Amino acid sequence: MCLGIPGQIVEITDTDRMTAMADVSGVKREVNVACIAETDPAELVGRWALIHVGFAMALIDEDEAAATLKALEHLGEAQETLEQIREGAEALS
Amino acid sequence: MRYVEEFRDPVAAKALIARIAEVTDEIGATKESPVRMMEICGGHTHAIFRYGLDRLVHEGIEFIHGPGCPVCVLPMGRVDEAVEIAEKPGVIFTSFGDAMRVPGTKKSLLQAKAEGADIRTVYSPLDALELARRHPDREVVFFGLGFETTTPSTALTIQQAAREGVENFSIFCNHITVPPPIKALLDDPHMLLDGFIGPGHVSMVIGVHPYDFISDEYGKPITVAGFEPTDLLQSVLMVLEQIRDGRAEVENQYGRVVPEHGNPVSLAAIADVYEERPSFAWRGLGEIDRSGLSIREKYAKWDAEARFGIGYGAARAREVAEPEGTECAAVMTGKIKPTGCPMFGTQCSPETPMGALMVSSEGACAAYYQYGGRRSPEAAE
Amino acid sequence: MTLRGDRVTLAHGGGGSAMRDLIEEVFTGAFEPDSMEDQARLEAGALAEPGARLAFTTDSFVVSPVEFPGGNIGSLAVNGTVNDLAVGGATPLWLAAAFIIEEGTEIALLRRVVETMKAEADRAGVRIVTGDTKVVGRGAADTVFVTTSGVGVIPPGRDIAATHIRPGDVAIVNGVLGDHGACILAARGDLALSSDLESDCAGLGHIMAAVLAAAPNTRAARDCTRGGLASALNEMAEAAGVGIEIEETALPLRAEVKGTCEILGLDPLYLANEGRLVVFVPEAEVDAALAAMRALEHGEGATIIGRATEGPAGQVTMRTLFGGSRIVDMLVGEQLPRIC
Repeated sequence: MCLGIPGQIVEITDTDRMTAMADVSGVKREVNVACIAETDPAELVGRWALIHVGFAMALIDEDEAAATLKALEHLGEAQETLEQIREGAEALS
Repeated sequence: MRYVEEFRDPVAAKALIARIAEVTDEIGATKESPVRMMEICGGHTHAIFRYGLDRLVHEGIEFIHGPGCPVCVLPMGRVDEAVEIAEKPGVIFTSFGDAMRVPGTKKSLLQAKAEGADIRTVYSPLDALELARRHPDREVVFFGLGFETTTPSTALTIQQAAREGVENFSIFCNHITVPPPIKALLDDPHMLLDGFIGPGHVSMVIGVHPYDFISDEYGKPITVAGFEPTDLLQSVLMVLEQIRDGRAEVENQYGRVVPEHGNPVSLAAIADVYEERPSFAWRGLGEIDRSGLSIREKYAKWDAEARFGIGYGAARAREVAEPEGTECAAVMTGKIKPTGCPMFGTQCSPETPMGALMVSSEGACAAYYQYGGRRSPEAAE
Repeated sequence: MTLRGDRVTLAHGGGGSAMRDLIEEVFTGAFEPDSMEDQARLEAGALAEPGARLAFTTDSFVVSPVEFPGGNIGSLAVNGTVNDLAVGGATPLWLAAAFIIEEGTEIALLRRVVETMKAEADRAGVRIVTGDTKVVGRGAADTVFVTTSGVGVIPPGRDIAATHIRPGDVAIVNGVLGDHGACILAARGDLALSSDLESDCAGLGHIMAAVLAAAPNTRAARDCTRGGLASALNEMAEAAGVGIEIEETALPLRAEVKGTCEILGLDPLYLANEGRLVVFVPEAEVDAALAAMRALEHGEGATIIGRATEGPAGQVTMRTLFGGSRIVDMLVGEQLPRIC
């Protein structure tokens, strides 16, 4: 029950049934957007959502995604600096 | 693939692995005396082995594979009941692919299909509902299983069936919840756990506060994790830092998908359609109070148990003993690794599974076997 | 045209004039055999050369849906058998084609299948020289089942086989993997996926001939059909008694195939291909083999994916994105879409 994949909402297909077309790398599948449509479903077009068993269950928070990536970047830089310091120390010893 | 490939960055992974090693050393954990970290969700177990993360992180970290595999914990008696429904004339029985190969006491759904039952794999309960619309003369039943990630989808589908008046459709409900088995494991004096990797997609629905009891009452750290390799590694690091700092908090690594309070529409649908069963049997764990869901009276028309006279706990739902010699329960609760089971790789393999942990692709035994090779019990690392 | 009606009936399988009409209008009209005897009578100088060997193979085709983006059961039936001959180092020559047709099948569909077979046979340089048709009652077959048998010639002195693979030999595939499998999953309709994916169905005779000419010490080749690349590699590793290690980062995959796999929880290593082979060549001949493949249609995407190793015999492993390692086991049963 964990298999979810981010997909982009590209088109609303039925406003009564709350369905939309989601695109995952060029593969399209109709999904139910009841969980993520706060107001007008049309506003979802272009947004990214987590798709699970034919339902868009959560909108991807683009700011949070960016923040996570930034944290990883910083960690990467910090580790690189540490390694350079280590290598420098070894070279001197 | 956006929001996926960025979280598979090998450079970031390398940095995380290095940092994890440093913090593990700071804690003083070693292979002989490791940090015991449980990943609750079967999808996380699968990801750990697919990317070889267990072998990439410091050997002072031991992953204990938790019971978060809804197919693995399905009681054999329930599989028998699913087969029973499927074999009734006029029924189209639909199921996620995961459940097709789980053996009941006599056969699996796949075997029943070979014998002539109309059993079809579907990707979504909505597809099952569509089948019901297209075949008004047939009874379409959907095998509803899964944790809170999947529960809203069946709830919303039932609500839709009710709205549209589609009456030849019902759900055989086997949905279960995550917090109760975690509590059961924490209450078990033989389970020694130092921290948890929390289920990211369950939390997408229920939020992070259902896990407060883990830190508040049991003093263990938990980080809710995404499913890509850097998500898992980052979560491992966060749990380690909590341990090092003597903290016990609920943290959310998967903020891009998991909202603190979950999804209101999903939670409302679950509350509208389902109610808690007093208890439900978990294969390997026994009966756990208030851990399973059944369909409310108001939606009885769409409840396969009501339609087919199969109530949980009825004469037919019987306690089924595990095959002799298997250690499914011990593996399920993380007490031993799959390689610790005498049948692993010998009598029990994906071709001839003795228990559900080998049949379900996210069961710990299947993951070990598939990604780790044919390790016989003696060759355990 | 004496063929009456637009659907196949049991009369068309009865052995009488209706059957003769069907055969003449649909089959022999397209395949143009030399004679209408019960057997084809064939000569090939190449067969008579001392040391030359006959290669002989057969395969049945049961795909559903019968027509799909990029081909139909006919293209699979011709190319599948041509490829089974070609990967053994044989020059494919002649095919036999047998059809089991379900009552009620549209004759127009049969024509399309047969026309495709003729076109693919011409492209592959083979002739369909004999065949058979049977008609069975409704429900006894899924539209049409096709069995093709093929013969070819292996020139004297050539012996390519998995048993020749040695540690250090390099594994090359001719292009992106999994297109056919992913296309069929979408085409079946029950998963409600849509994409622009097309089957990769293609004859590989020309590619094999070019590789063997450019890299005369080519060890072995196999086409990656059911069970995908993983199954072909496992079979080869087992036969050769070597290990095989592939690189995850080297696997060529279309975005849509990756997307399909992510949605359904499938592993692209196990998806079927119908125009892909994996060939093992010694290190020294890799550049020549790659150049030869890339110059041809269906070989433009040729790329190295791994190599044979001293590793545990029969074991296929994959170095993951992070330098970790996982085993690529044989598939058990069928890959089913999963939610977990």
